[in-house]
Amino acid sequence: MDELINKRINEVLKGNQDSFEEIVLLFQNRLYHVCYRMLGSREEAQDIAQEAFVRAYSNLHTFDQKRKFSTWIFRIATNLCIDRIRKKKPDYSLDAQVPGTEGLDMYSQIAAAEDLPEEEVERMETQERVQYEIGRLPEKYRSVITLRYMEELPLQEIADILDLPLGTVKTRVHRGREALRKQIGTM
Amino acid sequence: MTNCPNEVVQYMHEYLDGEIAPEQEQVLNEHLATCEECQMLFDELSEAVALLELADPMQAPVGFAEGVMTRLPQSTQQKKKTGVNRWLRKHPMLSAAALFLILMSAALFSSYNTNEQFSVTMQPNLVIEGDTVVVPAGEVIKGDLVVKNGDLRIEGQVDGNVTVIRGEKYMASTAVVTGNIEEIDELFDWLWYKMKTAFKGLTPDKTENQDTE
Ligand SMILES: [Zn+2]
Repeated sequence: MDELINKRINEVLKGNQDSFEEIVLLFQNRLYHVCYRMLGSREEAQDIAQEAFVRAYSNLHTFDQKRKFSTWIFRIATNLCIDRIRKKKPDYSLDAQVPGTEGLDMYSQIAAAEDLPEEEVERMETQERVQYEIGRLPEKYRSVITLRYMEELPLQEIADILDLPLGTVKTRVHRGREALRKQIGTM
Repeated sequence: MTNCPNEVVQYMHEYLDGEIAPEQEQVLNEHLATCEECQMLFDELSEAVALLELADPMQAPVGFAEGVMTRLPQSTQQKKKTGVNRWLRKHPMLSAAALFLILMSAALFSSYNTNEQFSVTMQPNLVIEGDTVVVPAGEVIKGDLVVKNGDLRIEGQVDGNVTVIRGEKYMASTAVVTGNIEEIDELFDWLWYKMKTAFKGLTPDKTENQDTE
């Protein structure tokens, strides 16, 4: 797989732009899926996933072919998703503690604001419900949970993609599961 | 949970990550067997994971890759190249026509190669010196002048277009050419010239053609 991809990359670097389309076709479903889970909108997912490929194309000469291309392209995509999520909430500092709510930061405040009435959630179909629960997760847990459970990536690869220490990724997966448990438990 | 070992919750997550050591798994199982509260917590965590695992994989929408390709930054040369490629792929009938043109060009190419003889449009007043055609000083050539596989030296005046195919052109300071001057050395220039002249033959409203016929 990596060999084939590197072959295509070298073709693109030599000026054969059409070879890039083959790279896109190899990764488009996974990239689109991750973007959709993180953003919760099909249009946005398409826009951001396509943008990720465009960025990859423009920076292809910087890609180290000894590394995994999937890690690299996932990193570009998740960074774009996180930027997009943050831009949607431009008025808060997400990590800031909210006065009088000990231990709760803005993440949980935002999550609480997006809650739907119980009856509405109960009427949801399974797929809708899954996406609803992922969407309610704070962004820093959403990215690790998405990569872990939608893409089934190993923790070390998630650490590489998000450029975080392995320990941090583990902690976020744990907290993400805990947050999900609480979300579901309150129903 | 007040009497529970601190690490039990950590073990639950390690178990769910598939990273638990066998002896720790044993500790976890033994504790869960005796502690209802921890068993409930563990069940709820497993349930959360089970919900995530219900998520269906997703396909990128139709036309996704094509959309990426149109969004790529392109140098003009690449744009031209891929543009032509895509166009050919999308228009198979026209591609066949293009192939026909290429074959035609090959036929023309062979004529380009084999037709090595020196030739010139004969006009009165022209002087031939070996492989060099001379338009003498003070002389006026009326009409177009084509020299093939030979050189052209212009000292006088040409009232028309001058074309030199695979040859050199010398212009004296007294030279006057009222039309276009063209030198054809490369194969593609040659093909282009052939096509132009073929088209000229096809357009009936050209006065020069009507004059000669
Ligand atoms: Zn316990």
